[in-house]
Amino acid sequence: MSLFETIKNLPSIWYVFSFLSVLTLFGALGTIMSKNPIHSVIYLILTFFSLSAHYILLNAQFLAAVNIIVYAGAIMVLFLFVIMFLNLKQESEEMKRNRTIAFAVGIGIVLGGLLILYLRKSEREYPNVATFNSQTGMIESLGSLLYKDYMLPFELISILLLAALVGAVMLGKREAGERHF
Amino acid sequence: MQVVADAVKLFFKEDFIPAQADKWLFILGPCLSMLTALMSSAVLPFGDSFIIDGKSVMVQAIDVNIGILYVFGVVSLGVYGIMIGGWASNNKFSLLGAIRAASQNISYELAMGMSILAVLMMTGSLSVREIVNNQHGGNWYIFYQPLGFIIFLVCAFAECNRTPFDLPECETELVGGHHTEYSSMKMGFYLFAEFANVFVSSAVISCLYFGGFNYPGMDWVEVKLMGVFGNTTGHNLATAIGILVMLAKSIFGIFFFMWVRWTVPRFRYDQLMNLGWKGLIPLSVANLVITAVAMLSGWKLVGMWAGVILLLVVVTALWAMRPKRKAAIA
Repeated sequence: MSLFETIKNLPSIWYVFSFLSVLTLFGALGTIMSKNPIHSVIYLILTFFSLSAHYILLNAQFLAAVNIIVYAGAIMVLFLFVIMFLNLKQESEEMKRNRTIAFAVGIGIVLGGLLILYLRKSEREYPNVATFNSQTGMIESLGSLLYKDYMLPFELISILLLAALVGAVMLGKREAGERHF
Repeated sequence: MQVVADAVKLFFKEDFIPAQADKWLFILGPCLSMLTALMSSAVLPFGDSFIIDGKSVMVQAIDVNIGILYVFGVVSLGVYGIMIGGWASNNKFSLLGAIRAASQNISYELAMGMSILAVLMMTGSLSVREIVNNQHGGNWYIFYQPLGFIIFLVCAFAECNRTPFDLPECETELVGGHHTEYSSMKMGFYLFAEFANVFVSSAVISCLYFGGFNYPGMDWVEVKLMGVFGNTTGHNLATAIGILVMLAKSIFGIFFFMWVRWTVPRFRYDQLMNLGWKGLIPLSVANLVITAVAMLSGWKLVGMWAGVILLLVVVTALWAMRPKRKAAIA
């Protein structure tokens, strides 16, 4: 009975958090376990959505919106796009072998275990509830931080992105003499 | 009345799912379309505020500080309904329609985002209510952002899959496009989602460029109403007028959508892609630069129009001087 009482007395944010976590894990498992690649992509979109919801729980609204726009809205559409064009009848032989799956699971457990281990060992600084500024994750503070304190890294990353953009255009360009589709 | 009758009729039609279709995704498609179409209006302010029992209640579902990004995100999700539905139908024409819709939406989202950026630069806030409040007193952004407005309008047409951009459901090429296999209310959901999108995009346009619930002389009206009916009732009446103004602007937007639908013929698909990538995106980047220069120069209005006119002159000159060799290939 005490377990039930404990669950009943949890703050409501815990219910939201546990629901979202279950949803995230469900999406992630569905991504790797479904046979049909299209279903995998749709599960992955679900995972991105629940991750965005986690960001909102952390009061990082801008991050959540950008996650949805960039990942769920653009990149996953392109994934879906490419997979729809693929020949779905051919299943890849690689994933059927048991050794591949066993290795993948083993590496996953080791990496996840290391992550949890080091997170538990590291000394984290918890925010003080009384003095914590609730506007930290909002876009205004994020913007002023990026354009004042982290100006140089920000500009460097934008140059990197520009280079990637030009590279993509170069790769996609049809050269003279190449056949038309 | 016709719309309501159609909806009732669609409910009574046979609900058919093709034998080879992916059943769950086939059902999910129209649901997602409808969901995203309805979700995006949550952050739009339809009016100022009502005072009820001394408390002020905003006429807006949620006033988040990422308002316009939220709209943008939800709009970018709208394509999933079409893609999933088109793929799940297990039909070549539906798939082609879905893929057309997806590539069209992705291409026009970029230009749309950049034309919104110019508005954000002028406002300095992402909240839609803040954007609307900044246009108080006749400072509508259409006067400051003529080029941005045109880009946004064209992109809104493309995002809603309305004529002249309704290539995904082009009958002459693709039977019915992504909803070829759909019948009954699932079909109805696709159609309603399209109309809901038209309403939401006209509401967004009136918020971003036509001042939302602002109208000329609204302060004078509010003061008069407060004088006649007392402070609370007067304020509430003024808000009600604001809501009517907002709705009138949105309905004019819908009217404009229909107007264009019966006036302009469909594009060819390569024309649509060329317009999006080679026309609208460079124009919206130019619009950003013009906005930035005009804001820094201090004369916002004059600078903006001078910049747009300069851009027009440059584009016309370059167009006249372009090499004629290209014409032979096309």
